[in-house]
Amino acid sequence: MKFLSQRFWHHVPVVLPVLMMVLVLLAASARAAVFNPETTTLSNGMQVVLVENHRAPVVTHMVWYKAGAADEVPGTSGIAHFLEHLMFKGTKDIGPGEFSKIVARNGGQDNAFTTWDYTAYFQNIARDRLGMVMEMEADRMQNLQLTDKVVLPERDVIIEERRMRTDNNPSALLGEQMRNALFMQHPYGRPIIGWLHEMQQLTTQDAMAWYKKWYTPNNAILVVAGDITMAELKPMAEKYYGGIKGHDVPKRVRVKEPTQHAPRKVTLTDARVGQSSMSRYYLAPSYNTEHADEAAPLEVFSEILGSGTTSRLYKTLVVDQKLATTAGSFYDPVAMDLSTFGFYAVPRDGVEMADLEAALDDEIAKTLKEGITQKELDEARQRLLDSAVFARDSLSGAARTLGEALAVGLSVDQVENWPDRINAVTVEQVNDAARAVLDDKRSVTGWLLRPKGAKGPGMPTAPVTGEMETH
Amino acid sequence: MAFSLKTKSRQFAAGLIALVGVAGFGIGTAQAVEVQEVISKGGIKAWLIEDHLNPLLTVDFSFKGAGAATDPDGKLGRANMVSGLIDEGAGDMDSQTFRGQMENKSISLSYDAGRDDFTGSLVTLTRERETAVKLLKLSLTKPRFDDEAVERIRSQIVAGLKQEETDPGSMAQRAFFKSVFGDHPYARPVEGTFDTVNGLKVADLRDFVKQSLARDNLIIGVAGDITAKELGPLLDDAFGGLPEHSKLPKIPAVTPKFGGDVKVIAQDNPQSQAMWGQKGIARKDKDFYAAYVMNYILGGGGFSSRLTEEVREKRGLAYGVYSYLANLDQANIMMGGVATRNDAIGKSLSVIRGEWQKMQQKGISQTELDNAKSYLTGAFPLRFTSLGNLSGMLVGMQSEDLGIDFLDKRNDYVNAITLDDVNRVAGELLDPDHVTAIVVGKPEGKLTF
Repeated sequence: MKFLSQRFWHHVPVVLPVLMMVLVLLAASARAAVFNPETTTLSNGMQVVLVENHRAPVVTHMVWYKAGAADEVPGTSGIAHFLEHLMFKGTKDIGPGEFSKIVARNGGQDNAFTTWDYTAYFQNIARDRLGMVMEMEADRMQNLQLTDKVVLPERDVIIEERRMRTDNNPSALLGEQMRNALFMQHPYGRPIIGWLHEMQQLTTQDAMAWYKKWYTPNNAILVVAGDITMAELKPMAEKYYGGIKGHDVPKRVRVKEPTQHAPRKVTLTDARVGQSSMSRYYLAPSYNTEHADEAAPLEVFSEILGSGTTSRLYKTLVVDQKLATTAGSFYDPVAMDLSTFGFYAVPRDGVEMADLEAALDDEIAKTLKEGITQKELDEARQRLLDSAVFARDSLSGAARTLGEALAVGLSVDQVENWPDRINAVTVEQVNDAARAVLDDKRSVTGWLLRPKGAKGPGMPTAPVTGEMETH
Repeated sequence: MAFSLKTKSRQFAAGLIALVGVAGFGIGTAQAVEVQEVISKGGIKAWLIEDHLNPLLTVDFSFKGAGAATDPDGKLGRANMVSGLIDEGAGDMDSQTFRGQMENKSISLSYDAGRDDFTGSLVTLTRERETAVKLLKLSLTKPRFDDEAVERIRSQIVAGLKQEETDPGSMAQRAFFKSVFGDHPYARPVEGTFDTVNGLKVADLRDFVKQSLARDNLIIGVAGDITAKELGPLLDDAFGGLPEHSKLPKIPAVTPKFGGDVKVIAQDNPQSQAMWGQKGIARKDKDFYAAYVMNYILGGGGFSSRLTEEVREKRGLAYGVYSYLANLDQANIMMGGVATRNDAIGKSLSVIRGEWQKMQQKGISQTELDNAKSYLTGAFPLRFTSLGNLSGMLVGMQSEDLGIDFLDKRNDYVNAITLDDVNRVAGELLDPDHVTAIVVGKPEGKLTF
C-alpha cells in the first residue's frame, strides 16, 4: 500500500534527466556497508575506488567532484547545480546534448546529481564500453565549452525544475524555509537548486568560473562498481584521467554556526496543503565535525526512536495514543559539516497540531529521561548491521555510498569500519548523544497547515469533474 | 505459538520438485541468467533465478485480476486497504508483534493493490528465511484485521487521500481516468474516496481475502540465494495454505474515450502540470515492439527523445517531458506528461502536438531506428543488477505470458523491427486529434493539444 505519495498508473518509465538529490525525509540506514573496495591514486592526484561485482557484465562509472552548493559564493546560489546541467552541453569534440545520446546509443544510462557538498556524474553501461565513457567524462572534465545559446535555455530548465520540486509544492517550500532558519549562518541553509531571484541572474561566465575553479582531477574521485578488476581498471584510469593536468583548488572554507539560543518556529499555511504535517530539525554532529563520536550512537538512536512501525515514536503517537497517522525520525551523519537530526509526524483527523507536538515532546522527553534499553540497542544494532548486507546487492548503491563518503572527506576505512562502530555503541553513548543533541535551542519546528475554513478534509467531495473548467 | 514451521519445513523437504523448463540468457559474455521453472510437490509454480552473490532472497508474487477494479460499488478502496492491513498482524500475532518480528529480523514484506492485480513482495536474509516464509504465509491465510490496525491504516489512507486532493499530479491523474473510462471500474480511484474508505468494514476486507487470494490466480517470481530444490518446499510452506480457487468478478473490456479536449483544473501554482493520453496498444499485439521503439524515439528515451529535444533542450520549457505505453488487462493507453510555467504551458502543448503529428505523418529515420535499437538492446542487461529487479521481472514475464525464454529472445524482438514497421505503426497508432489532456495549474491563454 502506498500513502502520502503519488500513485502512478503502471510503472511510468520517467527517467527525468539530471536529478538533483534533495534531503530525503527517511533514515538513511542502509548507507554504509562492507563493500571490500580497492583503491588507488593516479599520478595527478585523482582518487580511484573499485567495488567488484560480477553478477552481470555491466559497470557503474562515477566521477565525484568535491564542490557543492555550500561552496557557492553568496549571491550565486544554484550555480553548482546549474553547472551540473551544463556539463551535458558539450566540448569541442562532443556537441551540445550529445553526451547522453552517445551513452544511450551504446546501451547506457547516465545522469548526475548535486548536493551541498559534492556534484557527481554517472553512467551505467556494458563493461566493454567503460573506456568510451571514461574518455568522454575525462574530456568534459577539461574541455567544457559553453555559449549563451545553450546556457540560457538551460537556465529556464533549472527554473522549471525549481518550480516543479519546490514552488509547486508547499511541503518542499516549508522544508526550504526550515533549513534556512536552522542554519543561521552556514551555507547548508541555502537551497541546492538556488533561490529563484539568484538563479535568474546566473550567467555563462558564472558557470565557467565555477567549472574552472573546482573541476580538476585532483578534486575528483573516480568510483567504479561492477564487472571489472583493478588490474583492468587502473591502466584505463591512467590512460583517460591520469594525463589531465590538475590545478590547485581553493580550500573549502565554510563559516561556522554561531551558538544558537532560541528555538525557532516556522508555519506555512497554504491552500495547496491537503494534509497537514509537522517536523522538527536539530543541528547534529556529522562524522566530520566536533563530537563526531556521537554520530554512530545517534544513528542507533534514530533507529530506535523513529525507524519503522515498532519504533518508539510510531508506537506511542500512532498506535497507542492515536494522535498521528505516521511518525518517525531521520538522521544522516555523512556531511562535511553539521548534520540534521529530525522528527516528523502527521496528525489524524481532528487532532490539533499543538496537541500532536506536545505528545511528541513528551515522548522525546521521556526517552531522554529514562534512556533506551539494552534490548532496544541490541535490536537496533542488528537491523543496522543487516542493512549493510542489503546495500551490497545494488551495483550503484555501493558506488554511491563510497563516493559520497570520500567526497565529504571521510575515508574508505571509515565506510568499511561502519559495522564495527555500530557494534561498539553502548546504551550510555546513545543516551548521552541524544541528550546532547536534542536541545530545543538548536532546533526549528515547522508546521504545514491548511487554511482555516478550507474545504474540510475527510468530508465528502464533489466529483473531480465538477471542479474542472474547460477552456 | 501454535504452529511449528520447523516441522512443516522438514516434512516438505522430502518433496520432489520438477524442473519443467530451463532457459538461458546470454548477455554478450560467458555469463548468463538462467530462469528455472520450479513446481512444488503441492503443485505451486514459480520462476526462479538463482543468484548466490549475497545471502538474500526476494520473492515477488501477484494475484492476477484481484486489483482495485474488483472493488464492489460503494466499497472502493477495498483492495488497497487490504494491501495496507494484511501485513499488520496475523495468526496469534497482533500488529506490533508481527511487525516486530519483521523489523527485528530485517524482513521486508509488503503488498500493493493496482487496478488489475494485487501484488506482494518479500525480501529476506537467508538467515531469516524460515521466519520470513512463516510471516508471509500467515499474512495470506490468517490476517487479523484488528480494530486498532484497521483504524490506523484507515487514517493513513485518508491522509493520503487528503494529500492527493491537492497534489497536481494526483489531481490530473484522477481526472484523466474519470474522463476516459466513464462508467468502467478503471475510472475509479484505487484508493477509494473519503466516503467509501470510511465505510469499509472488516467483513469487507475478509471477503476480499477469501475471494481474491488463491492458487489459481497466483504468479510467483523468485531471485537470490536459494536452489530450485530448496524452493519447492518453501513454495508449499508459503502459499500452500491458500484456497484452490478464486472467485473474482470479470472486468469487462473497455475502449477508453479520448475526446480531443484539454480540461483545466484550477490551482494556484506557478507551474502548470499536464498529462495526456490517447489510444494505446496491447502488450500481445504483433506491433507492440514497433510501437515500443516508436515511443522511445518520440518521448520514452529521456535525452534521446524528440520531445526532450524540442521542449527542453531547444526551448527550455520544462525539466521533464515524456511519453509511455501503459497497459491494463482491459485497456491500453499511450500517455505523456510535462510541467511548464503558466504562461508557457500552451506553448509546450503545441510543440508536443507538433511532434505527435510529425511522428504520425513522417515517421522516423533509419538512424533513429538504429539508435533506438542499440539503446533498448544494450540497456536490457542493466535490469539485471539487483535481485528485486529480477524477481519482479519474472512475475511480469508470467503475467504477460511472455514465455520462460523471454530474457533470451527479447532483444531479438527489438532487433527484428524495421523502419517500415515503425512508420506504419506510428501512422496507425498516433492520433493527435483524439487526445485527452488534463492541465492542473493557472494556465494562461487558450490551450489545445
